Amino acid sequence: MTELIASLLAITLRAGTSLIYATIGEIYTERSGILNLGVEGMMLMSAVTSFATVYYTANLFLAILVAMLVGGTLAGIHAFLSVSMRANQVVSGLSITLFGSGMASFLGQRLGPQSNSGYLVGLVGSKFEPIAIPLFSNLPVIGAVFKQDILTYFVYLLLPLAWFYLYRTRNGLNLRAVGENPQTADAMGINVAKVRYIYTILGGMLVGIGGAHLSLSYAPGWTENITGGRGWIVIALVIFSMWNPARAVWGAILFGGINAVQFRLQASGTTIPASYLNMLPYLATISVLVVLTWWETLSKRVGAPSALAKSYMREEK
Amino acid sequence: MLEQEFGGKVTTTYIESVPEGPDAARVIRQYAQQGYKVIFATSFGYMDPMLEVARDFPDIYFEHCSGFKTAPNMSTYFGRMYQPRYLSGIVAGKMTKKNIIGYAAAFPIPEVIRGINAFTLGARSVNPDVQVRVVWTSTWFDPVKEREAAVALLDAGADIIAQHQDTTEPQKAAKERRLFSIGYDSDMRGFVGDSVLVSPVWNWGAYYVDTLKAILNGTWKTHQYWGGLKEGIVELSAFSPTVPQAVKDMVSEKQQAILNGSWDVFYGPIKDQGGKEVVAAGSKMSDAEMLNMSFFVEGVIGKAGK
Repeated sequence: MTELIASLLAITLRAGTSLIYATIGEIYTERSGILNLGVEGMMLMSAVTSFATVYYTANLFLAILVAMLVGGTLAGIHAFLSVSMRANQVVSGLSITLFGSGMASFLGQRLGPQSNSGYLVGLVGSKFEPIAIPLFSNLPVIGAVFKQDILTYFVYLLLPLAWFYLYRTRNGLNLRAVGENPQTADAMGINVAKVRYIYTILGGMLVGIGGAHLSLSYAPGWTENITGGRGWIVIALVIFSMWNPARAVWGAILFGGINAVQFRLQASGTTIPASYLNMLPYLATISVLVVLTWWETLSKRVGAPSALAKSYMREEK
Repeated sequence: MLEQEFGGKVTTTYIESVPEGPDAARVIRQYAQQGYKVIFATSFGYMDPMLEVARDFPDIYFEHCSGFKTAPNMSTYFGRMYQPRYLSGIVAGKMTKKNIIGYAAAFPIPEVIRGINAFTLGARSVNPDVQVRVVWTSTWFDPVKEREAAVALLDAGADIIAQHQDTTEPQKAAKERRLFSIGYDSDMRGFVGDSVLVSPVWNWGAYYVDTLKAILNGTWKTHQYWGGLKEGIVELSAFSPTVPQAVKDMVSEKQQAILNGSWDVFYGPIKDQGGKEVVAAGSKMSDAEMLNMSFFVEGVIGKAGK
């Protein structure tokens, strides 16, 4: 039994890592009032470019930088369209996803070496290996927490930091103010456009790391559509966490974990039909969303930034 | 390939990743209008769109893969993948040490169930203690999910992984634990390495050549083609060097029996999961029964129903 729990914990952390990075990134973006539906496309683009980098240079650090650069650049385009051009954010985000998915699959057929006729599919590059922390990794059950790759260890730091920055620093307060009420924030002397640019791009960089974790650690290598819709799950997880980075971990664990649990149930020969088990992660997400929203409404605490997806211009009002 | 085979008499073109649905009809119609004389559509979901276009272009030959609807100018074609699956099962049954084989399965439809059953029958024909554990992913192509399914199977004690989906992730998951796997679709050994013992593979080219010859000779007739090892539309890939000669001999013995028609995979006696005899000794399943297969044979751990 403890062995099973340990193995579930290990796989949940591995499966959840990319989701947590991307969810925190999107939370920061949305907290500034920008809705970026381009997550799926950004993750795919980061996954393909970071894998190509690792394939040619074997430098994982460089690959993560490339992933952040690619994610940040795509998010920058979205910021330019939605902040400076005041375009419809839903349309702009969706076009980033459409562009990113197509472009990633195109690059996957071009960036590879001549010997593989340009394809990246099927190639093997360096990847993040799990590093066991002495002593801790030998603990029963929770030992798995200390046998992860470096990107997962960073998550342990990122979660409290992201929460602290948002709720306990002046910059975090300014960010929340811009997302809640840009007019007031502007009156307080905050540069709304600048804040929105910064956190949209920062969010994109984190989403980029999430994409890179897929192709550099979780499912090493490039295969088309490696994200399998995880970018959309991230959008749901943001709502699920009520825009609070600390809660992102539960969403990611729920999603990463339930899948792992249901596959293990099947492997152990359960009599529950597989289609019900495959629905579980989605059903759980929806039900938690419903319950949370109901709870938040009851307690009069509004989760969503009020100015989300609304463009702001000084002259108005 | 076809262009070489027919020495300039035939020109071909292709388009990839067409979504199933209205878009497919548009693409097929476009080819028909551009004057292509033969159109192949290679996904189940292109069936109705193709039928719709076929009605409007009676002079063009339409060939649809894996469906069941035909028209005077539209045929279906598919392969008896269960035959090479059975052969790959023999390899798995001989190579497993723990007698547990994991099978990452796509969707609970007859094609996939038939594959799992054939594989299990093959494995148990050489090793009656083998059990095949099935995990459904409800995907044809999701690298991350398919890897997770394989890892769950490995954790459940499987020491060989087989699969029905189109990514190589389950194969890689087995390799990372220094265990073996059975590929699918194409020879996955080329992508993953010698841990892939053997792969049942598709070889559509053989059918394309035959079809075009029939059209050029004027002998084409609408049909529901379901070819096997004999016709060459399905094959077993080359073996990994880790497979012993004795196992290869066992495979080739059964392969000969299938090729010369003296025996086939779903010949009785076959028992279902509950131990009930579904095919009596001396009889065999008909094509219709095979095409509607919805039960698991004895030795499969998992649920075949929806």
